Amino acid sequence: MSETLTYWIVIIGILFVLLNVAALLIWVERRMLALWQDRLGPNRAGPLGLFIVLADTLKLFFKEDWTPPFADRNVFVMAPAVVVICVLLSFAVIPFAPNIQIVDLNIGLLFFLGMSSLGVYSIVLGGWASNNKYSLLGALRGASQMISYEVFMALSLMGVVMLTGSFSLHAIVEAQKNCWFILLQPVGFVIFFIAGIAETHRLPFDIPEAESELVAGFHSEYSGMKFGMFFIGEYLGITLISAITVALFFGGWLGPAFLPPIVWFIIKTTGFILFFILLRASLPRPRYDQLMEYGWKVLLPLSLLNLLVTGGIILLLNQP
Amino acid sequence: MDVFFYIAAAVAIISTVLVITRKHPVHALLYLIVSFLAVAIIFYQLGAPFVAALEIVLYAGAIVVLFIFVVMMLNLGKETSLQEKTWLNLSTWLLPGILASILLIELVYLINTQPNSTITIAEVDPKAVALSLFGPYLIGVELAAMLLMAGVIGAAHIGQRKKKYWHRFLQEDEQ
Repeated sequence: MSETLTYWIVIIGILFVLLNVAALLIWVERRMLALWQDRLGPNRAGPLGLFIVLADTLKLFFKEDWTPPFADRNVFVMAPAVVVICVLLSFAVIPFAPNIQIVDLNIGLLFFLGMSSLGVYSIVLGGWASNNKYSLLGALRGASQMISYEVFMALSLMGVVMLTGSFSLHAIVEAQKNCWFILLQPVGFVIFFIAGIAETHRLPFDIPEAESELVAGFHSEYSGMKFGMFFIGEYLGITLISAITVALFFGGWLGPAFLPPIVWFIIKTTGFILFFILLRASLPRPRYDQLMEYGWKVLLPLSLLNLLVTGGIILLLNQP
Repeated sequence: MDVFFYIAAAVAIISTVLVITRKHPVHALLYLIVSFLAVAIIFYQLGAPFVAALEIVLYAGAIVVLFIFVVMMLNLGKETSLQEKTWLNLSTWLLPGILASILLIELVYLINTQPNSTITIAEVDPKAVALSLFGPYLIGVELAAMLLMAGVIGAAHIGQRKKKYWHRFLQEDEQ
């Protein structure tokens, strides 16, 4: 009985923390962007401008929730929910600390990849159901971008899986006790992180949205809380990619013992979230064909090579 | 656990029927995704988590996205829905339906008369799958790889285009 109770507490706690983190990131992103671009950012409402979160959330909730008459109604309503559901489900396999993990699947990493590949549907369906040419263009770009980058994402992680011998994220973190995988798999990390940015369609890879060309891309027709779901889904996606990167390459909860494991995990994840924002502040958006060419002609061969070399070295070292 | 199996199986069957009967191609594809997810759950329950994950990553996550991608670009509207409606009339599905239901009745009868109706579920972890794929079934993997390679080369060949010059001055520079 008490075990069930702890599970419920862990599940509700993680959900609560994640949704609050996603809301807080609205403020963090604006303030950090401003800092890196020599501006002030939102600093008027409340202490340090923190009430902007409140104002933004209220605005999202009370805006007119309009479904265009030319849209495919059911699909239009369903699409924004898909991204949030998929991202939140992925958090089920993430080991936040040795005893804080919702489920330790032996296919944990594959579960994460599966959920992130299902997340594509929210862009594709949202753009298609809007029945608007800009949305459709955004959806087309989003679908091809995410399908291409998923390939390298999975391939770049296989080096980590080979080193651990398991898909379980708990086992992967445990295997980094002596040496974080960033030292053994630097190429894998770089490819994974680039693919992660493309998966969350953040700048500089926000080509499905590309507001200078496509109005707002796949979510042009969305308003109110339906747009809010895409918005929150993006921030949750950043948190997810940061958390996964930490678990796979930066030793997860491992760290010197003067801080509890969960604090180490949060510190590392926060670092990566800030890095995501720094990328947005500093890099220009590539053209669509440049993005695809970069993916297929540079990242794919590189990740295959990484896989080959890792496999070869493991074979060599394990020889009797 | 049996209850979960029956629920997932029912969802799979219902969604697959809906795939066939939906008039709108995108809606049909959405039901196809649901059907794949249900099948993945069944695989998971039968002790094959690796196959379940691949079912989601490959079928639901990649292949159906490509289907939707193509259908999206064709922009099939009301006319195709009407066309579908005329195709799916009683005389088309009645005879195949009767034949299939005869087979279904036979199948149900055979399953019912099986002496041992419980199946033992042995979980196969990803490592075991990998060992058998790259051990006894290596030739199959190699053949599949060759087939994929042929596909990639074919696609690259079809996708080849002559370089386009937007201005004759640029063309002279290249030569």
